[in-house]
Amino acid sequence: MLGFILRRLGTFIPTFIGVSIVSFLFIRLLPGDPILLMAGERGMSDDRYAQLMTQFGFDKPLLTQYWDYLNGLIRGDLGLSFKTKRPVWDEFFALFPATLELSLCAIAFAIGLGIPAGIVAAVNRGKWPDQALMSTALVGYSMPIFWWALLLIIFFSGTLGWTPVSGRISLMFFFPTDTGFMLIDSFRSGQAGALASAVEHLILPTIVLGTIPLAVIARQTRSAMLEVLSEDYVRTAKAKGLSPLRVNGVHALRNAMIPVITVIGLSVGTLMAGAILTETIFSWPGIGKWMVEGIGSRDYTAVQGGLLMIAVIVMVVNLVVDLLYGLINPKIRQR
Amino acid sequence: MPLLDVRNLCVEFKTADGLFKAVDGVDVQVDVGDVLAIVGESGSGKSVSMLAVMGLLPWTANVTADAIVFDGVDFTTAGAKQRRSIIGRDVSMIFQEPMTSLNPCFTVGFQIGEALKTHLALSRSERRKRSIELLEQVGLPEPERRLRAFPHQLSGGMSQRVMIAMAIACKPKLLIADEPTTALDVTIQAQILELLLELQNDTGMALVLITHDMGVVAETAQRVSVQYAGQKVEEQCVQDLFVDAHHPYTHALLAALPERATTRTLPSIPGVVPGQFDRPQGCLFSPRCAFADAQCQSAQPLVQSESLGFARCHYPLLDGKPLQASEVRK
Ligand SMILES: Nc1ncnc2c1ncn2[C@@H]1O[C@H](COP(=O)(O)OP(=O)(O)O)[C@@H](O)[C@H]1O
Ligand SMILES: [Mg+2]
Repeated sequence: MLGFILRRLGTFIPTFIGVSIVSFLFIRLLPGDPILLMAGERGMSDDRYAQLMTQFGFDKPLLTQYWDYLNGLIRGDLGLSFKTKRPVWDEFFALFPATLELSLCAIAFAIGLGIPAGIVAAVNRGKWPDQALMSTALVGYSMPIFWWALLLIIFFSGTLGWTPVSGRISLMFFFPTDTGFMLIDSFRSGQAGALASAVEHLILPTIVLGTIPLAVIARQTRSAMLEVLSEDYVRTAKAKGLSPLRVNGVHALRNAMIPVITVIGLSVGTLMAGAILTETIFSWPGIGKWMVEGIGSRDYTAVQGGLLMIAVIVMVVNLVVDLLYGLINPKIRQR
Repeated sequence: MPLLDVRNLCVEFKTADGLFKAVDGVDVQVDVGDVLAIVGESGSGKSVSMLAVMGLLPWTANVTADAIVFDGVDFTTAGAKQRRSIIGRDVSMIFQEPMTSLNPCFTVGFQIGEALKTHLALSRSERRKRSIELLEQVGLPEPERRLRAFPHQLSGGMSQRVMIAMAIACKPKLLIADEPTTALDVTIQAQILELLLELQNDTGMALVLITHDMGVVAETAQRVSVQYAGQKVEEQCVQDLFVDAHHPYTHALLAALPERATTRTLPSIPGVVPGQFDRPQGCLFSPRCAFADAQCQSAQPLVQSESLGFARCHYPLLDGKPLQASEVRK
């Protein structure tokens, strides 16, 4: 087990280097000069420009710049943000809880609805619940996030006036944000209505971000269940006189979970991409919105650092998923 | 009244090429404590007919019957819930492939305990005690340790013993064993068969033993039902069947037994069981039958009287010779 983890961590190194190169190049390949952008309308003298170029190291060859960046990374230093002059590391972790909270809610929403939907569809294969659920999943999967978010906002916030449109909590509330998780902080503040406000603000972003993973999980659960339902051990479970809920929800589902867990792990990547759009639409103060702003101001260090951190998170999640396989199916643990 | 009384059971499968009648008008009667063997080549609908009794066929199957009465309850009219309360408790089944019949994700203890919990509502400690007892009963050494084992840690023979333990957990009145030894090593086959007969003897439960091995039948059964291409073609008590088989198919099966062979090479029945597309118009066995004539090829035979072993044949055999039409009319 330990050996397995170490081997997997070993494969992280080339991936990590690859991602660092791609993120480093990506932001530099965008047209636009960060120093000119920083100066804004006023412009600046050539001397001052040259001085700033040297200060940020942009006068050095690209390879040297990358080498310096990599040296920093090894020491756990992501550099300073151009814009705020604060360590990228600190900025990232100040905003990360907001993204994590939204992502966890979205994935919980996707799993909570997707797995039961997939089971119901598989058990009723070819009948109307299957067709209804799977066509809905297809629509959900193909819906552009932007468009879907706007539809929801127009209907629930506009027409019905049920949910707020932006932010994490109503401006009426002030309390210390110790954990960074609004649901926890608002609850701990003890202020009447604070938790309710936090929940209200979470609903639409959660739905928007969770829709694609929901569709993917539902479809994967259905196909995995279909495969498992014709297995001999499912017949054995029925032969015991167990209820359909137990046969499908325990005996079949447990065996169908491996591919489902895999797509859940993979959808973490999708979720991070989706978070960028979702946070921008709902003014959610998280990593996604921060990165979009960073790209806008060509904040090289912030963007490359943020991309790298997201990649590491996705890699770690997938390692955890691999470890889960063994817990679900003991046969895999042996190998 | 028999413990299990199945009348005119038919099973049709919806396949890509239309309906396929896998079981066609089969009757089964099993008395309390009886041992019935169902024999026939593979593809003759033995498994499907018993799975239909248990309600275990996939959704593509359409099951019809005049009656499927078990212990006074008619499964054709009983609700799903009532049926589930009987399945796994009073009637249970074990299968041909023990290795794939156990759920790979759960321990042996969990899978045995489940039946005890569902039907008998035993507490955790009672379940454990009874599970250990059951594993001892089916001859698994170190039962405490086995309870924690996962199916992949068991051999085929051990898996089948666990399946048997699970099946007899609630002391059923009837156990259906569908070729329980076919997938096992030859040395293990005899052990498992012996175990089943021992359990049958000790508990007095009835046993339906599906097999294609006539040798096994001779050693174990009281009654024998012979199935061919979805139909029951003959039924007799075991002694009479071996002395005087009335259906040419049974006759051929017995002639194919190694110990009855009269030539140096093993005799066999030429041809195969007809499938979905090569069903003959008349008697289903006629293409392979040594005695078939034009009548056999054009008209489906009726079932003969009990004295002729309910043989589904135009010219049933008596002492190995076909009776002529004038002699058989009842
Ligand atoms: N799920 C199914 N769908 C379609 N045909 C089936 C199915 N199960 C069994 N059959 C067919 O029914 C016939 C009888 O099968 P079976 O009862 O398994 O034979 P056996 O006597 O060997 O146990 C075979 O021709 C088989 O192909
Ligand atoms: Mg079979």
